[in-house]
Amino acid sequence: MLVSAGSVSQMERYVRAGASAVLIGEARFGMRLPGDIPESQIEEAIKRAHELGAKAYVSMNKLFRNEELAALPDYIRLVANAGADAIVFGDPALLLNVREVAPGIPLHWNAEMTGTNSAAAAYWGRKGAVRAVLARELNEEEIIGFKRQTQLEVQVQVHGATNIYHSYRNLLQSYMDHLGKATRLVDLGEDRGLYLVEAERPDERLPVYEDANGTHVMSADDICLLEALPELLAAGVDSLFVEPLLKSEEYNETVLRAYRSAIDRWFADPDGYELDERALDEIHALQPSDRELSFGFLYKEQVY
Amino acid sequence: MNSAVLSADAAPAPGKGRRYRLDKPELLAPAGSLEKLKFAVRYGADAVYIGGRKYGLRSNADNFSIEEMREGVEFASRYGAKVFVATNIFAHQEDLPGVGDYLKQLEDAGISAIIAADPAIVEIALKTTPGLEVHLSTQQSTMNWQAVRYWKEEGLPRVVLARETTMEEIREIKSRVDIEVEVFIHGAMCSSVSGRCVLSNHFTDRDSNRGGCCQSCRWKYDLRSDGKPVAEPGEHLFTMGSKDLCMIRHLPDLIDAGVDSFKIEGRMKSIHYVASVVNAYRQAIDAYMADPEGYTISPDWIADIGKAANRPLSTGFFYGTPGANEHIYEPEEKPAPYDFAAVVLDYNPSTGVATVQQRSPFKPGMEVEFFGPGGRSFTQRVGEISDEQGNRLDVARHPLQTIRLRTDCPVEPWDIMRKKIG
Repeated sequence: MLVSAGSVSQMERYVRAGASAVLIGEARFGMRLPGDIPESQIEEAIKRAHELGAKAYVSMNKLFRNEELAALPDYIRLVANAGADAIVFGDPALLLNVREVAPGIPLHWNAEMTGTNSAAAAYWGRKGAVRAVLARELNEEEIIGFKRQTQLEVQVQVHGATNIYHSYRNLLQSYMDHLGKATRLVDLGEDRGLYLVEAERPDERLPVYEDANGTHVMSADDICLLEALPELLAAGVDSLFVEPLLKSEEYNETVLRAYRSAIDRWFADPDGYELDERALDEIHALQPSDRELSFGFLYKEQVY
Repeated sequence: MNSAVLSADAAPAPGKGRRYRLDKPELLAPAGSLEKLKFAVRYGADAVYIGGRKYGLRSNADNFSIEEMREGVEFASRYGAKVFVATNIFAHQEDLPGVGDYLKQLEDAGISAIIAADPAIVEIALKTTPGLEVHLSTQQSTMNWQAVRYWKEEGLPRVVLARETTMEEIREIKSRVDIEVEVFIHGAMCSSVSGRCVLSNHFTDRDSNRGGCCQSCRWKYDLRSDGKPVAEPGEHLFTMGSKDLCMIRHLPDLIDAGVDSFKIEGRMKSIHYVASVVNAYRQAIDAYMADPEGYTISPDWIADIGKAANRPLSTGFFYGTPGANEHIYEPEEKPAPYDFAAVVLDYNPSTGVATVQQRSPFKPGMEVEFFGPGGRSFTQRVGEISDEQGNRLDVARHPLQTIRLRTDCPVEPWDIMRKKIG
């Protein structure tokens, strides 16, 4: 039960609500974190997670530019020495650095939308990855097939918004400049509540924000796989990720509690397990009215 | 840091990229069909990339059967050109069986390289088809020298860099790693980090990373803040659509940075477009390589590109992050000012009569331009036209009809006759 956290206090709240692992870091190395835990606090954060009985993974899944490479060895060494349970990577440059400065540290392969098959996971597994983070565009059959074919741990996002477009361009700022609006002063970040609406889909609001890593467009709906949990657990999915971005801490705690209880009850008695409708209702009660809860791609068939 | 792994292959030579492999940069053109392949090669491409029936990212293109590939390779080799096949999807479980057999068929057909993004496909190719080079697709979004170094260690001779890579970054990559580097220099491009966009999947259930992209980034969106549209009534809506890339004015920079292969986008583009763009870049590369000091850009090259397409152009990330002027907010897509009217099949020097094949209607009195490989071109008015039997025609109206007409200057087979539209 994994969640990302943007501060030590957030981490504590989420672990108390049922997360057994946290994903932390900062925007210099990791993508779309709910906040930065700076280098100076990362060691303490990892320690704190361990005290609370949770694993601490450090996100370094950016695609790096030349000028960013120099900072990698020290940061990897720092988090490895601090006892991070894994580093999450997307760029193979990271592998060269890890091999060099912290060869023992477990790696999680997270290529976002492009983590789509077990053979690629096996490939990265031979390079040191112990876990594959699956693309959110896989359906249940593909997830089950993936898990059956792989030796690696499998992580699946079970709740929250998903990133559906990422650009290194500053598209919001460019647009504001085009309109001639004096918006240097306007914060275009995730807290700003900006969203996109396409003409033929007036009911879908796509959150959009800009940060040091470019422009991010998020899904119009939140996936919620609570009802599908038994299927995922039976398939052997190893890690269930809750995306806390664009949500209140209270909302995220409620979500984590619901999944924690479901997981524990399923493991205690898979055959007797039943969905706790009240937990689902609690999520629905806090769910923003302009965002639907959906099964994402779990039961979809895509064409191409 | 002084480690074996993280150090460069050679001491960086700031300012000047060192060329490691190709003596002269390769001009790599798209070919959506066998016919386009022939035009691309004839107009000066050193290599073409095509899609097969499987595993490529343009599921709407015609795409090549193995037989057509064989014929394409045979044609290209007559001109010393190579054929690459894009196998650049990110595969799902169901796509994987059969990849090895397919790659063997490509190898057997004489294909020189595949362009692959999914490490699963890269690995299968490295194991099963030693005769096929594996080029890492831009879909892997490789933009730093250590990642390039990584793929070199994996045995890949070439990396197609991410479209986000800047000129300075290319220079550093080439100075640190001994590997061929390919970059896109012309055409449409994803505004997202390649591969990191599933707008199509969300809007239409079409998987963009398996060739189903429906170009949702180019749609218009209302950007809202606190529930209210940011744009005033009458102002342009938000879009993620990028202007096309055009580096014709900056080839010396690319060559000096050490780029080995210049790639033109557009497997869906017309013959007229591919021939015009390839022709312009061919002339520019040849002129620069023949005399770097005396090189100047010919306005004709730029004009020729403009005749085949009328799309707003930019230099992408090469000189910095694209801003307001590099995106398309205005209503898009004006038609190209010229259209493909006919292709020359034959020419009789003693009579000055050309035999051409009609590609769109034309008639006597119309002003047309003939152009051919190497920049030959002239304009004239169409005089009398006749069919194969010598019957005079008022209009060449039938597609692929053979037409005879007198030309003001000598022409050669493969020359294109284009007409002004409107």
